[in-house]
Amino acid sequence: MSDIVATNQTILVVGGGISGMTAALEAAEVGKQVIVIEKTPSVGGRVTKLYKYFPKLCFPTCGLEINQRRMAANKNITVLTMAEVTDLQGEAGDYTATVKVSPRYVNSNCTACGACADAVEAEFDDEHNYNMNKHKGAYLPHNMAMPKRYVIDPGMIGSDDAQKAKDACKYDAIDLDMQEETIELKAGAVVWATGWRPYDANKIQPYGYDRIANVITSVEFERLMDPFGPTEGKLVRPSDGKEAKNVAFIQCAGSRDRNYLKHCSRICCMASLKQSTYVSEKFGDDADVSIYYIDIRAIDRFDNFYQKVQDDENVTFIKSKVANIVENKENGNPVLNGVDTEGYNRYANEHDLVVLAIGMEPSVDKDTFPIEIKVNDEGFIEHDEANGGVFAAGCSSDALDVNRAVQSATASALRAIQVVNKVAQAEG
Amino acid sequence: MSDLNTGMVEKYRNNFLKEVEANVEEGDWVKMCMQCGVCSGSCPLGTDWDHPPQELFMMIRAGKREEVLQSTSMWMCTSCYNCIVRCPRELPITHIMHGLAHYATRLGIEPKGQPTRQFAQLFWDNLAKNGRVNELWLGVNLYFMNGLVEGVKVALGMAGIGLGMLKAGRLSLKELVGGHTVKDKKGFKAMIKKAQELEAARVDNAQ
Repeated sequence: MSDIVATNQTILVVGGGISGMTAALEAAEVGKQVIVIEKTPSVGGRVTKLYKYFPKLCFPTCGLEINQRRMAANKNITVLTMAEVTDLQGEAGDYTATVKVSPRYVNSNCTACGACADAVEAEFDDEHNYNMNKHKGAYLPHNMAMPKRYVIDPGMIGSDDAQKAKDACKYDAIDLDMQEETIELKAGAVVWATGWRPYDANKIQPYGYDRIANVITSVEFERLMDPFGPTEGKLVRPSDGKEAKNVAFIQCAGSRDRNYLKHCSRICCMASLKQSTYVSEKFGDDADVSIYYIDIRAIDRFDNFYQKVQDDENVTFIKSKVANIVENKENGNPVLNGVDTEGYNRYANEHDLVVLAIGMEPSVDKDTFPIEIKVNDEGFIEHDEANGGVFAAGCSSDALDVNRAVQSATASALRAIQVVNKVAQAEG
Repeated sequence: MSDLNTGMVEKYRNNFLKEVEANVEEGDWVKMCMQCGVCSGSCPLGTDWDHPPQELFMMIRAGKREEVLQSTSMWMCTSCYNCIVRCPRELPITHIMHGLAHYATRLGIEPKGQPTRQFAQLFWDNLAKNGRVNELWLGVNLYFMNGLVEGVKVALGMAGIGLGMLKAGRLSLKELVGGHTVKDKKGFKAMIKKAQELEAARVDNAQ
């Protein structure tokens, strides 16, 4: 790690999701030195977990591959995975970041042959699939993982399994003695792109996410469509593996609600409209989708997509925030109770599967943030002079879809470039 | 009270929302409703309401003055607070419901013979007498609310519970004459009188 060169003209990008990758590429491709700090074992973030993008319904893997190639080809970018910024001191043009790098127990000799995974038996929750299934103790985070290098779960260390993995490796890539490292890096500007996390659905007590098997979140639903996901691409419900043809989407699950997240998460309406097409994709005319909403927020060009879904006879829109969900014990169907706003009709509707269009919570914690930062009531980083040379990108700055996150990241890269340019001028 | 009603109709002609904001307890929250309907769906007595809260809020904005104020709906509220807890905009819905009911009563246009309304009046009259609720008389008055024959029937039906409460010391026959009072009954009466004066002055000002 000591071979990393970082100066006051380096841009530190915290977070290697779509925003962090974009900011890093924009800065590096105009010749700036960039270091990307990524918490997980691979870059790409939540975009790697999406089946399709809205509104074009193309596969994110495509754009992700382009970005990964750009990163691999650019000598100005250094990526540190399994790394976290634990401290940040200094001011614009002169920062020192403390970075904790966790052991991967696999070095660069790894060819991703998978022999270690075949050798071990222990299994751990698969975070890539929101813990809906398990992966082996030696694993590749997902098919498109960059770096394409296996990881040994820290829970394996000291077990016979770990030794089996090491013995199975023909390339001497497994190093079970790898230790956690703490390094210090200089930087002139920091792009903070730590993204978002789905709001904790258990907190929305009336919807019973914690007690009804067939109530899942939108991010989990997305994983069901992946051929390499927990259901191998089959749209089936968790309780009994039955095909989920009659699917209800509940909008504003955790968003626009002073009991949960105050803000509109912006992506959920379009996500549900998009996911309604997944049900049609799988079951054709047997698809029976209901979308429960307060109002559909499909702005600008997204309105065309909304109209297309409205024209689909298999999709019903019900203007109502569902009051509560109970389970029909006989068949496991969730039953949705509420009153609609178009006629004030009381309903108790049964569905095969309920998808909570879960809200977007920023992964910024003001109390533990390593340096003084302006955070708004919703928990996002404000664009403020008090932040000095720290610029929020993507979902650290607001609830954004991928398109707008990329725009935000580009803007942050430009701001960071201006700071390091000033340093360069001063240093001559 | 009907003069007050005429006066209010005159003052707020075609703007019932403003009338509610100025005169109903917590009425200025009504405009914050975004019609999601979670209150209506969460109400345990929802099926007994002609117009659930969400609909009442829309009717207020639509200027349906008589239909709202003469409705029995808000009298169905049992103050369980489920709607307040779940409202995404934290509207004090329970309080608004009671505020609407109270305002309709002040105007003298509340639904006559509505049982909750009658019980509320019995409760108030009972409480205002001694500053303490006389449960025995409250029960008796409640049983005979709908006439003598009905009252005897209800009283006989409840006899078992009444005797049980007597035995357990939860009910005292001493309450039949006089009953227990607050320590400073005179002060209590003066306080109520003053409050009523203030309220009357406020209503006069609003007119």
